[in-house]
Amino acid sequence: MQKYTRWSAILVVLMLALAACQSGSGSSGDPVTSADPVTSADPVTSADPGESMGTGTGSAADCDADEFGCIELAEGDPLVIGTALVISGANETLGTDSQIGTEVARQFRPKIADHEVEFDHQDDECGPEGGTAAARALVSTENIAAVIGTSCSGAGVPAAEITSAEGILMVSPSNTAPSLTAEDTHEPFYARTAHNDEIQGAAMAQFVCEELGLTTAATIDDGSPYADQLAAVFARQFEEQCDGTITAEEAVSEGQTDFSGVLENIAADAPEFLYFPIFVAEGALITQQAKATAGLDDTILGGADGYFTPDWLDAAGEDAEGHYLSGPDLDFAGDFYADEFLPAYRDIGGLDEPVSVFHAHAYDAYNMIAEAIEEVAFTDGGTTYIPRTALRDAFFATSGYEGITGSLTCNETGDCADARISVSQVTSGAFERIWPDE
Amino acid sequence: MPVRRSRLNFVNLFLWVLGGSILALAAFGAFLTIQQGRLSGDQWQTLIIAGIALGSVYALIALGYTLVYGILFMINFAHGEVFMWGAFTAYFAATALNDAGMMASNPILAFVLVLATAMLVSMLVAVMLERIAYRPLRGAPRLVPLITAIGASLVLQYTARGFYGSGVRAYPDFTLFDGSIELGPVGMTVKQFVVIASAITIMVLLYLFINNTRTGRAMRAVSEDKDVAAMMGINVDRIIVTTFAIGGLLAGAAGILYTLLFNQVHFFMGFLPGIKAFTAAVLGGIGNVIGAALGGLALGILESLGPNLLLTGYGIPAPNQLKDVIAFSVLVLVLIFRPAGFLGRKENV
Repeated sequence: MQKYTRWSAILVVLMLALAACQSGSGSSGDPVTSADPVTSADPVTSADPGESMGTGTGSAADCDADEFGCIELAEGDPLVIGTALVISGANETLGTDSQIGTEVARQFRPKIADHEVEFDHQDDECGPEGGTAAARALVSTENIAAVIGTSCSGAGVPAAEITSAEGILMVSPSNTAPSLTAEDTHEPFYARTAHNDEIQGAAMAQFVCEELGLTTAATIDDGSPYADQLAAVFARQFEEQCDGTITAEEAVSEGQTDFSGVLENIAADAPEFLYFPIFVAEGALITQQAKATAGLDDTILGGADGYFTPDWLDAAGEDAEGHYLSGPDLDFAGDFYADEFLPAYRDIGGLDEPVSVFHAHAYDAYNMIAEAIEEVAFTDGGTTYIPRTALRDAFFATSGYEGITGSLTCNETGDCADARISVSQVTSGAFERIWPDE
Repeated sequence: MPVRRSRLNFVNLFLWVLGGSILALAAFGAFLTIQQGRLSGDQWQTLIIAGIALGSVYALIALGYTLVYGILFMINFAHGEVFMWGAFTAYFAATALNDAGMMASNPILAFVLVLATAMLVSMLVAVMLERIAYRPLRGAPRLVPLITAIGASLVLQYTARGFYGSGVRAYPDFTLFDGSIELGPVGMTVKQFVVIASAITIMVLLYLFINNTRTGRAMRAVSEDKDVAAMMGINVDRIIVTTFAIGGLLAGAAGILYTLLFNQVHFFMGFLPGIKAFTAAVLGGIGNVIGAALGGLALGILESLGPNLLLTGYGIPAPNQLKDVIAFSVLVLVLIFRPAGFLGRKENV
């Protein structure tokens, strides 16, 4: 009898392990939405409320012709945009930051095609299970117009598949894994306003060898598509661009806390640079434990936008000092970002400073979706119709759109970013942008 | 039934061959790795120390599992959350003391205070758990408390999440424990030393308590046979509560030692160490106190040493990602060949 108890106990452990992967499902918080439109200031808003109706023309027949049909909004219906961002767990700042970005965008542009915009905020939990759950919840929402998400590439892979199968446009403000927009693996309705890590990895490699003048490096990833691919791009570029040597390409697992095995193995070759573009919790632990590893005393540490957040600074403490981090360049041209966007961000988020680096990308994603919707939407007897395939095509045809992050042009696999990478260093407990020079 | 017996032997033979070849592969891998000479002797030593430090935390949690199992024959799956609550309490106590400046002026007292609060809160959580989730179901079939344990575990997790949010919180640094020390030829960080020394002290105290006190004797009696123990005048309910309280104290201590090592608290942090400690308890023989301690140490060392030692030799890329695979493979092997664990006592039910 006892034997069976034990086996059933093991079974339960396995079940728990599975359940654990789906942890932390979040209720969709909707922080402060007393939309107080500041219309006049925004360069992008097509202010005239009387005239902002879609410029598209068509009839109900177009909806039948469209493979995925139309989004149909009766007069007065809200237009629902879903978000699937990580708003719980260790990486919550990454998604919260983008979510506030979308809220700011709505504050400046509360109506799209004459319909009030409503958000359906879901949590991508920064992983495939959360991404799947969030995407399924959103595609089953009636009349959802488009999805802004996901935060993490790991969540983006299944989410893009699910939304594309339903013909729902999904635009990510912060997925950076190359595979998402690679020729073979791109999902037709997926696009992003964040940079592709082919660019970020190359920039970091260039910074390490040209600016820091280092010749040996090691990488650690955590098995997520983001970290895995970014570390690989960095390694390849480091070898190709500057003839550097990669001494080890290690991997850890999510939730791991003791990294002595990995670090000792890396320390055996004493590389000059250690690159671990992973996420907040593990990133902070590796930062601390690398500092305490005997063979890594002189090794310079670096990471990427996955843990470019004050939470990581807090968690890593003094050991963060001197750390190099790559990420999107937030040194935007023009005054809109500093004068209009940031005050609204602080107001809506109740925060002093942005908590991550993709809020502007989320803002641009919202506005590009709005532009595309208004281009293809048409009214017929008071009902607004938005054909889904046409919406996708209009979005992908975006060219030279002037957003906060630059001039955005989408290619056929959904890369829309005006990608500019900068490297920051942690100096006196704060991020300081140091490269490239203005 | 001769036919059946011979089939069983065949199965046994197959299992032994399988186990033997896995062992041979592991030994050969270790041989190859050592021949490569990639890691130096000092590095191996560092890995072993790190493994012992982590293992002693596992051992403390595993003791909680094993004590409760020994008495109630149930797996208290919420035990990992008791550990998490200890770590959270330690976080708040340490932050408060840090803000009050006590960690700078009187670090040793501060540490003792933090340890005491963490252990007390964990003890309270464990006792309430027993009172609310388990005692009403004392006579129920065995799977029932197992399910409430899972429910209780979720309640504890999400209560912590509700109170403290879902982010990762960094632990204030005990500067008292910075630096490293040499014990003869073995060097380790002061933190590791504190963790290992505290864990061993606590385990020795527990052992003495169980073997040399009246309550300890009563606990052993209840674990032998509840009914007879009750007839001998032992208050079984009180002994069960005591057992949970001790398990909670140990988990609280484990919580603060774990955060001392890794500096982070998170509402979900109890899950993985909880599972690992449960594994350790099963490895050592669940219900067996010394077994749990040894199982924890073995698991810790295996995790930190295993990937580098067994896999590097075969040229497997990124071996450290597979450390949980190694740990759980060992669990499976042990369960196949010694279903009662290393030191498991004879099943009597």
